[in-house]
Amino acid sequence: MAADVALPAVTSEEAAEVLGQPTPLSAFWAAFRENHGAVFGLSVISTIALIAIFANFIAPHSPIEQFRDAVRAPPIWDAGGTWRFVLGTDGDGHDTLSRLIYGARVSLFIGLSVMSVSFVIGVVLGLLAASVGSLVDVVITRVMDLIMAVPSLVMAILVVAVLGPSLANTIVAVTIVYLPRYVRLVRASALGELTKDYVTAARVAGVGPLRLMVSTVLPNCLAPLIVQAALGVSDAILEAAGLGFLGLGAQAPTPEWGTMLADSREFIRSDPWIVALPGLAILIAVVAINLTGDGMRDAFDPRMRRT
Amino acid sequence: MIVYFLRRLALTVPTFVALMFVTFVAIRLVPGDPVEVRVGEHGISPERLAYFRHQLGLDLPVWRQFLDYCWRLLHGDFGVSLSTNQKVLTEFLTLFPATIELSVCAMLFAVAIGVPAGAVAAVKRGSVYDQALMTVSLFGYSMPIFWWGLLLIMFVSVKLEWLPVSGRIDLIAYYFDQPTGFMLIDTLLSGQSGAFLDAVRHLILPAIVLGTVPLGVIARMTRSSMLEVLSEDYVRTARAKGLSPFRVIGVHALRNALLPVVTVIGLMVSSLLAGAVLTETIFSWPGVGHWLIESISRRDYPALQGGVMLVSTVVIGVNLVVDLVYGAINPRIRHGR
Amino acid sequence: MKSVVFASLGLAALLAGMPAASAKTLVYCSEGSPENFTPAINTTGTTFDAARPVYDRLTEFKRGTTEVVPGLAESWNVADGGKTITFHLRKGVKFHGVKDFTPTRDFNADDVLFSIDRQWKEDNPYHNVSGGKYDYFSDMDMPDSLESVTKTDDYTVVVKLKEANTPILANFAMDFMAIGSAEYADFLLKKGTPEQFDQVPVGTGPFYFVAYQKDSVIRFKKNPDHNFGEKALVDDLVFAITPDDTARYAKLKAGECHVNGYPRPADVAEMEKDSSLKVVHEPGLNIAYWAFNMTKPPFDNKDVRMALSMAIDRDAIIKDVYLGAGEKAKTLIPPTMWSYDDKIVDLSYDPEKAKAMLAAAGVKTPLDIDLWYQPVQRPYNPNGKRIGEMMQADLAKIGVNAKLVTFEWGEYRKRLQNAEDDTGQMGWTGDNGDPDNFFFLLGCPDGKPAGNNIPKWCNAEFNDLLAKARAIPDQAERAKLYARMQEIEHDEQPELLIAHSIVYEAMRANVEGYKQSPLGTHAFQGVDVK
Repeated sequence: MAADVALPAVTSEEAAEVLGQPTPLSAFWAAFRENHGAVFGLSVISTIALIAIFANFIAPHSPIEQFRDAVRAPPIWDAGGTWRFVLGTDGDGHDTLSRLIYGARVSLFIGLSVMSVSFVIGVVLGLLAASVGSLVDVVITRVMDLIMAVPSLVMAILVVAVLGPSLANTIVAVTIVYLPRYVRLVRASALGELTKDYVTAARVAGVGPLRLMVSTVLPNCLAPLIVQAALGVSDAILEAAGLGFLGLGAQAPTPEWGTMLADSREFIRSDPWIVALPGLAILIAVVAINLTGDGMRDAFDPRMRRT
Repeated sequence: MIVYFLRRLALTVPTFVALMFVTFVAIRLVPGDPVEVRVGEHGISPERLAYFRHQLGLDLPVWRQFLDYCWRLLHGDFGVSLSTNQKVLTEFLTLFPATIELSVCAMLFAVAIGVPAGAVAAVKRGSVYDQALMTVSLFGYSMPIFWWGLLLIMFVSVKLEWLPVSGRIDLIAYYFDQPTGFMLIDTLLSGQSGAFLDAVRHLILPAIVLGTVPLGVIARMTRSSMLEVLSEDYVRTARAKGLSPFRVIGVHALRNALLPVVTVIGLMVSSLLAGAVLTETIFSWPGVGHWLIESISRRDYPALQGGVMLVSTVVIGVNLVVDLVYGAINPRIRHGR
Repeated sequence: MKSVVFASLGLAALLAGMPAASAKTLVYCSEGSPENFTPAINTTGTTFDAARPVYDRLTEFKRGTTEVVPGLAESWNVADGGKTITFHLRKGVKFHGVKDFTPTRDFNADDVLFSIDRQWKEDNPYHNVSGGKYDYFSDMDMPDSLESVTKTDDYTVVVKLKEANTPILANFAMDFMAIGSAEYADFLLKKGTPEQFDQVPVGTGPFYFVAYQKDSVIRFKKNPDHNFGEKALVDDLVFAITPDDTARYAKLKAGECHVNGYPRPADVAEMEKDSSLKVVHEPGLNIAYWAFNMTKPPFDNKDVRMALSMAIDRDAIIKDVYLGAGEKAKTLIPPTMWSYDDKIVDLSYDPEKAKAMLAAAGVKTPLDIDLWYQPVQRPYNPNGKRIGEMMQADLAKIGVNAKLVTFEWGEYRKRLQNAEDDTGQMGWTGDNGDPDNFFFLLGCPDGKPAGNNIPKWCNAEFNDLLAKARAIPDQAERAKLYARMQEIEHDEQPELLIAHSIVYEAMRANVEGYKQSPLGTHAFQGVDVK
């Protein structure tokens, strides 16, 4: 379930206003820094990213090694917990802590891949729709409308039903689902920019259409796009975890958080921790990214900053 | 207005055609033969395989199959489920009321709590209450609801035994006809005492789970929309005129602030249905989301195809209505674009 | 403030409101929606369970066993060297009435002929209704076995067979041979809604059908006219359709249902501790095995097959993949089936000996083989891939490199039947509780291995005994032959028999008279709630 509607559109004028200032990056950072929640979110997500990157060094065990002598071991704070498996083990004897650590890698990988692929495709399609016009515009807009018409998870399920469940196909499915947001955003901002005087001026000065779109119009559409991209990472993680939970995402023994949750669901009564921990990991990561994204949006939005 | 209506309606036609094409192609791309995948260890003889393929029209050229498919869809024939031999439309219609009931209750829950909470937060901007609410709403729309649902079942139903775990009604105590398919209405019609309350008890947890994300979103939307309205001149004027704060905020400001919120609610139909897939799976809720997932695991591709088609039709329809209503309220939209 | 008090009162009422039950109701938490209510056009246990309360069959399985006893046929005699069976039907058996149909006559031979002809004869007006797939009828070889089915009078049906076939009596007790009402069928045909036959069932069984809501509930009521066999002891029978395992358990615990047909093995330990619940279990009528393709060397060598078999630690597989819900198999049939030969000594897990045998057989290690694993979950195999991985690890210890291979399920089965594998996982779920239904898997009709014979193993003695056992009506005589066949199979090891799954069922402690069926079916006549 996506919180796409939580994002009030940032108009391109405001964005341009911000980016038009002498050092946009430092202005942005100064604004961002004021927002304690956002800074906190950023630090949490950075920590998770570091954990993901250095998973090999941090994780006490291999995420796919089965300790057959310690299946469903309790976590350290429960009776019988040992330091060998700090967060216990799951039904196959995998070390939960190690799986969560490697799971951060999988989830961030999914989130970032979905975000970057849909970002790039979204920019290309969005600019195409805005600049070439007429037929191309209609086709692209209709296809995006079509994707939006199918509820996100249902669309992802359809894609996975066709391609078969796997990590790679999860990324494909979720990318398809989130592509329209980027395309529509780019198209709308670009259309707005195209009516501006500076674009007309550039045109008159003889700037070619490709260069016009990429180096003149695009930079002025970036602010809302970056915010969308940041929030898109968390949506992608949630969506992928949902697919994993339905058994249609990454397959065992890949330590994807949603899949872990689904695989251990049968133990919710006997060993609730095995179920509780992966969900908690998802929640923390998503909250941290959303906090950061919201902070970025506020920092880009001068109206919010003023107050 | 009529022109706008017709134009908006015409715009959905290509989307619809594309939808037909995509569902058709998608099912064609599924690996394995739709007949053979459902056969067990006994296997199937080549003659019978040929017979069933013929029945499903799989022996025709692909373009013919597509045209047949479109033709049947246009006549309201969404195919026949492989596993039950029932019309997909019939199955959808029997299950859809349960999904509507769940979604509407989830939305009511989200609005009933989200709007007042958001409005109060806007008025008391910057207070501890405001910050707490923003944090809660952040967690709300970041929530992996499948996990949230499991936790609630675990604590509220299993540990504390306050609410039932799944289903729509206590089957031992109550039995009545279901003319509408909406349990809340049918329990009232049945006249059996306690039945309505029991149906409500069964609805509480699923509605909370499905309503969690919308609650987070609505609370935030109401707050920011309210903040905007509160800073506008007419509110300041009203305040300056000495109208009671309750009147200013409750009547004038909130009413204007709610317009964007209402639009958002309309646009959330699609994500509500997506959430319903997960919620219905967790609570064994007999709705269409659960049915779609079952269709995949049964490899019932005609049901999946027809189901996706129908669910999307509903979304397109609702979005159309939202647009039209919005266009009616706001003439600027009508003439723009 | 007042409103707060009212609100909390309302909440308390909501949380506390548990209504009282009236007539005696038995609720069965079933695991899914039936596809419809005609067993003949279906293959799933879920659907059979849902139709069973309504229907009777000519013969029946005695509840809790695989023994064949009289049903709608009071008695039968076998003549003509096993090629003619004459059924004598019960008199005075009434069909149920439903909303728009009231039966005008008792059950008779026409109903039997209709129920068989629908599946058998293409000119039967019902043959193509509701999809017209009669999987069980053809899977059980009925079209090839039956010569003719005729009535000599209203209460006598004569079945002529092409060949002597005693196991077929068990087929008549299977769900697909449920006897429906020919009068109801005619009535619906005239009305123009023959599909209703499969949606609103009319039978003679211990319960009659009341209502069905997809994914939600099926309701039955006691049939007071049921005058033979076991009777319904409760007034209402309700199937609460609850696909989720956790929810089913919670409902059982809360008393919202009385029987849970499919508890999760992970929950069993906790259930057994709960004094308000009862758990029963027994091995299911199934087998998972790992077949060696005997058309390819070195698997044509018996010692190689033995060595590979001894290298596999089946106890570990049962513990970790079956989660304890499996029993190591030593013969093809499960111990609950008659003719099971308990004298057979199971192979032991012995990697050292396996290594030595492999060397003695002249196989050079490392040996590269393909190990095909099942791509889908089956009743006998909870996770083919994980079993494959564990076997792979075990085989590595004796110098065999197993490559894991799989295909989409339909493709997998086809390729395995065409012997394209080296070694492959497969399994079988029994249908009618007759040993023949298992041993035919290894048969070689006309000297060629049949499709279901995955190891492609042809043993002349085994095959002769299989044919012989089919023609003898006497069960004790047949059992002797099957015992010998189990020995031959054990000595030749065409496949490693992995496990029979163990089937658990859980119920409230106050449920009385419930019997677990080795056939995996759930039946509620003779069951009471105290």
